[in-house]
Parts: sequence; structure tokens; C-alpha cells
Amino acid sequence: MAQNYYQKDIETMPVEELKKLQSQKLVKQVKHVYENVPYYRNLMDEKGVKPEDIRGIEDLHKLPFLTKADLRDAYPYGLLAKPLDDCVRIQSTSGTTGRRVVAFYTQNDIDLWEDCCARAIVAAGGTKKDVCQVAYGYGLFTGGPGLNGGSHKVGCLTLPMSSGNTERQIQFMMDLSATIICCTPSYAAYIGETLKEQGYGPEDIPLKAGIFGAEPWTEEMRRGIEATLGIKAYDIYGLTETTGPGVAFECSEQTGMHINEDHFYAEIIDPDTGEVLPEGSKGELVFTSLDKEAFPLLRYRTRDICVLTRKQCSCGRTLIKMAKPMGRTDDMLIIRGVNVFPSQIETVLLNEGYQPNYQIVVDREKNTDTFDVHVEMTPEQFTDKVSEVLAKEKALANAMKTMLGINPAVHLVAPKSIARSEGKAVRVIDKRKLI
Amino acid sequence: MAIKQLTVFLPNRKGTIVSVTDILARNNVNLRALSIAETEEFGILRLIVNDTAAAEKILQEQHYLIKSVDVVGVKIGDAPGKLTAALDVLDKADINVEYLYAFMARTEKHAYVVLRVENNAAAEAALTAAGFKLITEADICKL
Repeated sequence: MAQNYYQKDIETMPVEELKKLQSQKLVKQVKHVYENVPYYRNLMDEKGVKPEDIRGIEDLHKLPFLTKADLRDAYPYGLLAKPLDDCVRIQSTSGTTGRRVVAFYTQNDIDLWEDCCARAIVAAGGTKKDVCQVAYGYGLFTGGPGLNGGSHKVGCLTLPMSSGNTERQIQFMMDLSATIICCTPSYAAYIGETLKEQGYGPEDIPLKAGIFGAEPWTEEMRRGIEATLGIKAYDIYGLTETTGPGVAFECSEQTGMHINEDHFYAEIIDPDTGEVLPEGSKGELVFTSLDKEAFPLLRYRTRDICVLTRKQCSCGRTLIKMAKPMGRTDDMLIIRGVNVFPSQIETVLLNEGYQPNYQIVVDREKNTDTFDVHVEMTPEQFTDKVSEVLAKEKALANAMKTMLGINPAVHLVAPKSIARSEGKAVRVIDKRKLI
Repeated sequence: MAIKQLTVFLPNRKGTIVSVTDILARNNVNLRALSIAETEEFGILRLIVNDTAAAEKILQEQHYLIKSVDVVGVKIGDAPGKLTAALDVLDKADINVEYLYAFMARTEKHAYVVLRVENNAAAEAALTAAGFKLITEADICKL
């Protein structure tokens, strides 16, 4: 298969040249952050590091890490490196202990982000002749806006569908002959099942490629989606903190995702010691934004456990590859593409006058995540009226939806009825078999 | 005047009701009336027993989620239309009935209705004024 690139000079740049480029960008970026972000300047001062100590990418390890806790402490403007006048957009995601992460973008940041998504679309075989159906959510979530912008850059006819309304998705897909679809893998599987129920075989479906991300998925799911839709399914990776989807993307080889490392420098560290590990080691993935202007995070710990490898790739790209993340260093759950922390559930329960005795059960039915929260009632909360118990469940579910952005099914249960192991209630049961 | 109803929260699973009636039986608590409201996931069991205090203590010890609530008990004739007459009285007094259940006495030719309303005193006043006889905790014990 002939290879196409969106930005060939970067994507196939010799590694030595790439390192030089990264070094130049890093030196400039550290100076920008030190001068404009007092929060990070303090971290550097505490560590005794000055911008002039960073002379190239080999000095990166001297810089302090940023964590989700820093993002929470610095919310909303503490990590902003540009005047708000120069910012044109925010995107957001749910964060730890219920506080959202808000990321800011200048026009240049948006352009670079859309370039990254465009690289992913071209790597999946996209050209200006394609009709690209973007079925990620649009709004604060980065999925829709990112792929939408990338699709424009490639010159595809873009169908800004957003997520949901499967009947309409199918109607537009069939009537307008969509050739590329971008959405979460679970939604792709769901659309596939629906098409199958309606009697469409893979040969009837105009799609040729899909770009799927924002939640964990397996090789088995990939094969299932590819067979049902008659497409090639490509993985894409990203996080709002660094930019959104397009931080890394898969090529035709489908053996890991190329990191857009001219913009995002990746390291693997030992999550316990913070020590940088050699290529090929399993550890926590850390990103440094080399070009972001408004929200440039240096050494941001993603908590994703991952492996990086740099090998000659059959697609011709020299960009380093990351494996699909194998897990997380914390207890965060990704449910229907949304980050959910047990601590957020706890916060809601305490706010609503409940004891933090709860259990989250996540499963997958028909390729869609199910999300149930069992909560123990106190004798004071119990009433003899069914309607009142149901109303309490509904009120709790609404409060959780407000906090998390997705709707759980809440079940009130009797005190002490949630299984405990060694006296401690089991907080999370994840029945999804993914990795 | 109101009588005590014991309310027990149960998961909607096989064997949960019998576990409650069994423990009460073994402790010599006699059931007078029983009703259950259920959803797909849980049931709320409502009991009128000869000794509410004893039953409450026993179930609490077994870690059941329980609540004792005041309900109105009214005696009605065992004939067609008698329940309607009682409900008419409440309707005319603008008293909303949340739920109700009925039971028969073994010896007397009477039926008894347990009424769950928002305002017990108002319901009792309306029923008494219309000539209905209310039942008391003492009556329950003697039944």
C-alpha cells in the first residue's frame, strides 16, 4: 500500500534531526513557561533548576513533574501561559475529586492540534476525496472538535454528527457514503451491531476506515469491528491535558501508535521513583508539550502504564511508537470514554448526606459500558414509601451525572449489604474484559 | 390513636421474605397483617404484629434496615361497599391515601384496613366523625 503523509518532512524525519528539533523547542518552551507560569516557576525554583540549565532534550529529566493534583490545585488559570486575550478556546475533562481540568488554546495551539488529527486521518488512508463522519461528542470533550478540525485540514467532506442518535448516524453514513468514521470503539461496535440487525453486511457499508479512541479497547474488539463494518480500524490516543486526540495515532502496520513527538515529547518513568526508564521498559507515560502556547504542560504524568519503542516502521514514519496503555497507576475508571474517579462518587455521597459506603460496578453489554453505583442507606434515609426510595435514587443519579458527565444507575441498598473484604468495602468491580 | 407498622427494606431476591417471617416466628411474634411493595430491585415489607417493640428489636439485632411508622387502622363491616364508604370519607376531607391494605379478624365479623396517609390526626378525625371505629395498639394485641 502506497503511503501518504500529512506532513512528510516531520513524520519521516531522521531521528537525529528530530532530536535536534525537540531540543530547540524544549529550550524555548522552558523559558516561556518559567517566565509566564508562576506555579511552574515555583516548582523549578524549589528543585533548584533554572531555564538555562535546560540546554536540550537530554536535560529534560532535571525538570519537575506535573500531576493531576497540580492541575487541580492550579485550576482554572494557574497553568495558563498566555494572556486570556490570546486564547480562543477551552476544552475540558472531568478530573480528580470532582474538579474539572480546563485546558486553554491559542489559535496556533488549535492549528497544531488539528494537524495532529490530520496526520492520523491520512495515516488511516484519508484524502480529500473521503467523507469523514465524526461521531465523537462535540463540545467540551476534545474528541469531536479535534477530529472535526483534522478532517477539515485533510479536506475531507466532514459530517459533524457528534455522538448518539444511531438511526441518524446510519442514515447519513449510507445516504452520503461516509468512508471514514471517527468515534469511540464501543460506539463503533454498537453502530456495527445495529447495521447488522438491519440486514447490512460489510460489503453494503461504504466505510473503509475507522479512527477509534478515548477509551480502552482490545485486539478482539478491533477484529470484531473490522469484520462487521468491513473496514480497517485504527487506534488514536490523546488527552485533554496535552491537547486532545492526536497525541499518537496508528498507521497501516497497526502495531502501536506513532507519537507526534515533534509536539509532544514522551518519556517512560518508574511511577514510584520518578526515574526515567530506557526505551522498551514498561512504566508511566509522561508528556512534555513542546509547542503549546496557552497551556504548555512540562513533564505531565499521564498515569497510563505503557511501553515506548523506536523501530523502523513499514509505513516509513520515524516517530516513536507507544503501545496501547496497559493500565493506570491510579484507580481511575474510563467509562463510556469519560474519566471516573471513585473519589468523585464519594464527594457526591457526602454532599447529598449519605455515608461513603458504595460500590461501583462496571460491565459491558452489547459493547456499551454499564455503570451501576450501589449505595448503602442509613435508617434515617429509609422510608416506607417506594416512590420516595426511587426519588432518592434518581436524585443521587442526577447529582452524579452533574459531577461526572455520565449517568449511572443508582441502587440504594441496606446497610452492611455491600461485600467487604477484610473490613474494607470493595469500591470498584470492573467486569469488562479488555486487556 | 395510630397503630405501629413495622417497615423492612429487602433486596428483591429469593428467600428474603421468609427469612424475616422465620426469625419473627422463632421469637414468638405473631403477624396480624402484611403487605409488600416491590420494584425490580428491592421490596418494602410492611408488617402489623402483636408486639412491635419486640419485633423491631429482633430485626435490628439481625441488621435489617427497618423503620416503624404510625398508620391509621380502621374497622369496617365485612360487606360490599364498606371500604368504599371509608375511602369516601377521606376523599371528601381531601386526605390522600399513600397506600393501604386490609385484613380480616378471626372471630369478629369485621374487616380491618390499614391506611398510610400524610396526616394521621386529620384522617382519624374524619373517620371518627363519620362513625367509623378506629383500632388501637391494644386492639391489635387482642386480635
